[in-house]
This record gives sequence, C-alpha cells and structure tokens, in this order.
Amino acid sequence: MNRARRGRLAAAVFLLAGTAATVALVLVALNENINAFHPPERIVNGTAPVGTTIRAGGMVTPGSVSRDAEGLGVTFVLSDFQGSDFPVRFVGILPDLFREGQGILVTGQLDAGGTFMAHEVLAKHDENYMPPEIADLAAHQAADP
Amino acid sequence: MGRFTTWFHRMGSPRWFFDLSRPWLVGFLAVGVTLLGVGTVWGLGFAPPDYQQGDSYRIIYIHVPSAHLAEALYVAMGVAGIVVLVWRMKLADMFIAVTAPVGMAVTGIALLTGAIWGRPTWGAWWVWDARTTSVLVLFFLYLGIVALRQAIPRADQAGRAAAVLAIVGTVNVPIIKYSVDWWLTLHQPASITFTAAPAMPPSMWVPLLINMVGFYALVAAFLVAGLRNEVLLREADAQWVRDWLERAS
Repeated sequence: MNRARRGRLAAAVFLLAGTAATVALVLVALNENINAFHPPERIVNGTAPVGTTIRAGGMVTPGSVSRDAEGLGVTFVLSDFQGSDFPVRFVGILPDLFREGQGILVTGQLDAGGTFMAHEVLAKHDENYMPPEIADLAAHQAADP
Repeated sequence: MGRFTTWFHRMGSPRWFFDLSRPWLVGFLAVGVTLLGVGTVWGLGFAPPDYQQGDSYRIIYIHVPSAHLAEALYVAMGVAGIVVLVWRMKLADMFIAVTAPVGMAVTGIALLTGAIWGRPTWGAWWVWDARTTSVLVLFFLYLGIVALRQAIPRADQAGRAAAVLAIVGTVNVPIIKYSVDWWLTLHQPASITFTAAPAMPPSMWVPLLINMVGFYALVAAFLVAGLRNEVLLREADAQWVRDWLERAS
C-alpha cells in the first residue's frame, strides 16, 4: 500500500473510531434514559418519580387481575417475580396479549399511595414462538409432571 | 502483486464487472424469486399459528428478512465507503449510490411491517424504544446518503461525502443489533441467533430461513442490475460501452 493510501486509511479508521467513541460515551451517559420503562424494582424503591408521566413494566401476577363489576376498570399487580411488585389501575380496553404471567408496559403516573394510574397498557411479546398444540402439551406437563 | 490484490483491483474496474455480472444477475434473480415464493407460501399458508399471537406473527416472514438486510446493506456500504476514501475505486462509489435507495426501501418495509404487527400485539403502532428508534435513525441515514449525493453537483465530491456518511453511520448498526440486550425495550430479543437453539420449532423457522436467503438473493439481483446501469451511465463516453450498445441494439 502506498503512502497516500495508508494516510487515507488511517484517516478513515480514525473517523470511524472517533464516531464510535463519541456515540458510546453519549449512550453510557444517557443509559438510564434510553430504557423504555422502569422495572418494578425502581417503582418500589422510590427511584421512579411520583406524579409525572412515566412508563413502567413487569409481569402480571397470576390471580391479581380484578375487573370492576361495572365499566372497563381493571386492577392488577405487576411484578418482576423477584420480590418487587406494585398495583396498577387502568380504565380501558386491554391488548389481546394481556394475560396473567404476561410482560406488560404501562404508561401513566405513580400516585402517592404507590398505585400506578395507567392511561395506556402495552403487551410485551417475548422471543418464543410455538404452535398451540405444543403450548398445550407444555402446560399439561407442567401441571402433572 | 498477490492473487488477492490482483482480484481486488480488477473488481474495481467497471468494465470487468459489467462483462462478468450478467450471469450473476440471472442467477440471483432465479434463486431469489424461487425461494421467496416457496418461503412465503409455506410461512403464510402452512406454518402453524403461534399459541399467543395466532396468525399475526406470520409477518415475521417479511419483517425479519427485511430488517436483517437493512442492517447488512448498511455495513456493506460502510466497507465500500472505506474503499472509496482510501483507494478511490469507482465501482465502490457506484455501489453506495445503488445500495442507498435499496437499503432505504428494505428499512421502510421493516418499519412498516413492524408497525402493522405492533398494533395488535403490543397495542400501539409505534413506541419510542431503543430498537425502533435506532432503526428509524438507520432509515434517515440511508435517506441522508441519497440526499447528499443529489445535493452535491460534483460527482467525486458527492461520492466522498456519501462515503464519509456511510462509514460514520455504521456505528448505528451494532446499536440496533444489541439495543434489545443493552436496554429495556418493548421489542423482544432475537428468536434466532448463531449461538443458541432457535426459540421456535423447525416448522416455523425453516420457511423463515428460506425467505431470508430469498430476500438476500433478490436484493443482490437488484444491486447487480442497478450497478450495471450505473456503469453504463457513467462510462457512456467510453468506446467499450458504445461497442456494447451497438451489439445490443
């Protein structure tokens, strides 16, 4: 490789490395703010702000979903299944994938009593796909091993 | 000169590429159309539904290959960008010119299919999480390269500016890829990786793999066709192009 090309190659590598370093520093500095939601732990330990609109996420605790006798109101508990959980109150239509054990994202405000007043509920899908028969089979095996 | 160096410099010659590439075009097109036909019919008609999402998951047969290509094409443009800056190779510059609009199109397909799937599955057309946002940035990077080439009248300056943007923009690609692992996102992590067993049965991932290869082959055919046009346009004054046109007409 001749000298001119070597110089230009060095410039190109420097350009790439410089950009990568800059972007990496920005991303590390913004780390917490890039997360799409607050996990249950941050809601429970008070890191998440009270009274401002935020997004929180967690798994719907089995058995915690209770619907109002009248209207669309529903209350459920979101948990990380590692000891942190918080109650959520929502009035509206839940997404198709909403069910117990499902990962859910809620947008709304945390009130002083620690209840999350949601105005939007989104279902988080995981990376697992399977045909219904296999899912049934897996459920049966889990029920009676 | 070593064998690789000879090959590398020959590759840079537009005429050499033009003379050789016609069978590639036919081959890629045949493979791409066949595999996409098989994979799409299999995926949409015969693969089993998902236990939670039902039939809406079938959009992965379009969404995943287009999103994968969107990232891969940008990396290819970044490599071509280095070749343009360092070796001033004309063919690499033509490659960026031809790839940018194609990359923009596949990124657009990935964003659109993602939105259509997100509405029933997540409950929202669009969410500003790290994955979706970084893919939107990728779309604008492609758009930027297309616009930059249009905006600068002198071809060599336009080529160099586009090459710099192509190189700088590659930083975004690992961010897209690892966004679902580094941060909390609404978008799920990858179902199929090189390091672990797929998180879906073969009846689902085999048609996906077929469509993936089919998408790559079809886009390769588009790129070869585009490059051949670009070579003819830019070398329009060369004797060999005039000879070729005479023989073709």
